[in-house]
Amino acid sequence: MNHVPAALTKKPRLVVIGNGMAGMRTVEEILGRAPDKYEITVFGAEPRVNYNRIMLSPLLSGEKEFDDIVINTAEWYQENRIHLFSGDPVIEIDRTRKVVISKSGTETAYDQLLLATGSDPIMIPVPGHKLSGVVTFRDVDDVDTMLKTAANGGPAVVIGGGLLGLEAAVGLQARGMSVTVLHLAGHVMERQLDPSAGYLLAQELGRRGINVITEADTAEIVGTDCVTGVRLKDGRMIPADLVVMAVGIRPNGRLAADAGLTVERGIVVDDVMTTSDPDIFAVGECVQHRGQCYGLVAPLFEMAKSCADHLAEIATDGYAGSVTSTKLKVTGVDVFSAGDFSGGGETEEIVFRDAGRGVYKRIVLEDGRIKGAVLYGDTSDGGWYFQLMKDAQDVTELRDTLAFGQAFAGGSAGNPLDAVAALPDDAEICGCNGICKGTIVSAITEKGLTTLDEVKGHTKASASCGSCSGLVENLLAATLGGDYQAAAVKPICTCTDHDHDNVRRLIKAKELKSMPAVMQELEWKSSDGCHVCRPALNYYLLAAWPGEYVDHGASRFINERVHANIQKDGTYSVVPRMWGGLTNPRELRAIADVADKFDIPTVKVTGGQRIDLLGVKKEDLPAVWADLNAAGMVSGHAYGKSLRTVKSCVGQEWCRFGTQMSMSMAVDLEKMTWGSWMPHKFKMAVSGCPRNCAEATIKDFGVVATDGGWDLHVGGNGGIHVRATELLCKVTTDQEVKEYCGAFIQLYREEARYLERTAPWIERVGLKHVQERVVDDAKNRAALFERFMESQKTAQVDPWAERASQGVDAHEFKSLSLIAAE
Amino acid sequence: MTDIVNWVNVGPVANIPLQGARTFQTETDRIAIFRTLDDQVYALLDRCPHKDGPLAQGIVHGHFVTCPLHNMVFSLETGEAQGPDDGCAAKVELRVIDGTVHIGLTAEQIGLRHAG
Repeated sequence: MNHVPAALTKKPRLVVIGNGMAGMRTVEEILGRAPDKYEITVFGAEPRVNYNRIMLSPLLSGEKEFDDIVINTAEWYQENRIHLFSGDPVIEIDRTRKVVISKSGTETAYDQLLLATGSDPIMIPVPGHKLSGVVTFRDVDDVDTMLKTAANGGPAVVIGGGLLGLEAAVGLQARGMSVTVLHLAGHVMERQLDPSAGYLLAQELGRRGINVITEADTAEIVGTDCVTGVRLKDGRMIPADLVVMAVGIRPNGRLAADAGLTVERGIVVDDVMTTSDPDIFAVGECVQHRGQCYGLVAPLFEMAKSCADHLAEIATDGYAGSVTSTKLKVTGVDVFSAGDFSGGGETEEIVFRDAGRGVYKRIVLEDGRIKGAVLYGDTSDGGWYFQLMKDAQDVTELRDTLAFGQAFAGGSAGNPLDAVAALPDDAEICGCNGICKGTIVSAITEKGLTTLDEVKGHTKASASCGSCSGLVENLLAATLGGDYQAAAVKPICTCTDHDHDNVRRLIKAKELKSMPAVMQELEWKSSDGCHVCRPALNYYLLAAWPGEYVDHGASRFINERVHANIQKDGTYSVVPRMWGGLTNPRELRAIADVADKFDIPTVKVTGGQRIDLLGVKKEDLPAVWADLNAAGMVSGHAYGKSLRTVKSCVGQEWCRFGTQMSMSMAVDLEKMTWGSWMPHKFKMAVSGCPRNCAEATIKDFGVVATDGGWDLHVGGNGGIHVRATELLCKVTTDQEVKEYCGAFIQLYREEARYLERTAPWIERVGLKHVQERVVDDAKNRAALFERFMESQKTAQVDPWAERASQGVDAHEFKSLSLIAAE
Repeated sequence: MTDIVNWVNVGPVANIPLQGARTFQTETDRIAIFRTLDDQVYALLDRCPHKDGPLAQGIVHGHFVTCPLHNMVFSLETGEAQGPDDGCAAKVELRVIDGTVHIGLTAEQIGLRHAG
């Protein structure tokens, strides 16, 4: 090949419009292929050297400085003899004269012209969008404006919960602003994430103090000169000193269109990035290739290669379009998505959730090939899935362990034991306690452990949130082989694989505070549970978050929903509370009057020393309660998984054998404990002497007076399997009775499974377990008692009064009526 | 259903609690109108085929209701008992027009005698 020295010939002139990532990458690729081929001139609109635009987020959050994100320094331009005009944008292309004209009036001739004009951020033209303090998130100037405002703290609103918007929100929050994200769709990043991953992401943002409002339609940006807030179409007003509009980008094809090139959504190019003018090329976000426009960096780099091949006159297959993947650039939040993960049609999906680690993976397959993937929490295998997807590799063989990632792909397909066996020794099994596989395996072999509980005890693995217990069991099975017998977990119902204990622990550990949060985080298999799990969850949430969780009526059995007992004919029975079993003429008259007034067919004394009004029509309930309330009576909770009754004998007040005041003790205990929701019904009794006329030894908590004080008995009940109580301890003062009672109830409330009475609970955990916590450990007893009294603050509201006079749940007691016949 | 003689308007869907039910009393029986979490509305006779339990008082989950008396579960779509139980709760025709619930009643239910 004849080599003509550059100095002796006039090199073709390549002019590049756009000093961004796409343009400069193309230049670099050309220099790499043919360093002396062109005389290169670059025009940039921004008055600075070229920088890595995808690093604007770390620049905003303060994790990087501008110098860190510079790609090519001024020296680089000099070394490569590139003429750089920064801050002097080209405003016109004259194709007939083959010159470009810049804003300052400079005319520069070209032989080949490369357009890399990028894209413009979309500004929604709502009223107020031109106010000072409304910015986009596109370049270093935007970041400077944001940082200036953020220096004063204050509220910021980001419109758009997509990739860019969320990065802006996290950055501003890191800079000390209190940030609200407004997002039009039902979940954030809806183009990259499915609803489950969107939910997890919103949760994480919430934990970081970023308020995300979905389905938020902006009506107006409010302010006189500077922005002061954003008003939504539903009327809500969100204060803001700064509004960042991050709703999307639009390819910038203005120059090209003005020059008469073919521009549709973007500048139309072929596979070697040639526009409709053979001497003009275009790369990056400004182009439209095979109908696609791209807003991500990977496609730009692929375009740059094809374009450089062509300009360097190297044979090339050309650019064939990109399959894209997305990662959110927020420290500590790992989100990945690729391809089409919408599912449906002929696709099948693999879903892996590890709620304890906050991991969600969904891989969509079609014809045995990966069609799309969404990863949240653990994105380390994103690249692997993406490669398998781009290669259209048949993954049928890998299918069963695909969700575990590349590390597991070595194991034989479909066997989770091989999968754990294939893990390296330093693979972390228990994230809460940082326990690795090697630690667990050596504990199993050296200490001869055979059960999950033993592993928990020795290593602490799965002893916190418990979400790795499945992995630990697999490790046990893999290590012990046939000697391992897994303990059967009895799920609450078919809606879940979790048992009651797991659910309770996870509600606390993961701070789950609503029914949907539990069902999502704990991977419920039905949309809204069933009649078995919903009442249990409602109780667990009430017990875990007293005063905070709002009782969910639709998840309560009818008796607890309408605060009366349904009978076989659909009528109800009403039992007013009689403290300690005591009543008086005024109450008895009121009960008699109510029975007459509402034609109540049966009046009966109950086993718990109360009066039961049977056969009340549902629609009469509020009026019946109103009359009973008027006489000073409140709900007796004879219908509830709650404190039912405290029976008493007449005690030292009347009885010639009585050793203590059992009636007043019963009244005191009932006043202290009424209204508390429990795993099951809870009955108490107080006897004034060891003759025990109040039958306190078949109660959940029985108090029997002695000469020197009180014996406290627990865990008894009548019923099919009569169980006498066991002696918890002896105490001397009345105050001790109350404290032990409250502490015992609270332990039961916190530990027993829903619909498990104290008798089976104590048989399951052992009396010793209860004594250790309530009797031996005074500090723990005091803490339990305090938690009980705290939860009672919001529990002791008479549900009858709320419904009789305050209109609560009025719909429960009134039938629908005819509006109009057609 | 050929013997429906009248569609009656029993008011807005919003009057029925989510995951709950309301009843409507006809001349001959009571109808339970359910609203599911995904905002579908269904109607059954408010009478469990097992022991006449008031289905409207049950827990609504998915497109099912659990009878409050003995926990039999019925499909709101078909009235069929689920699982090992046999039986079928009587379905009542229902349509939602502009957010209001209309149920289809027979002559007897609106207090008319059959002509023949």
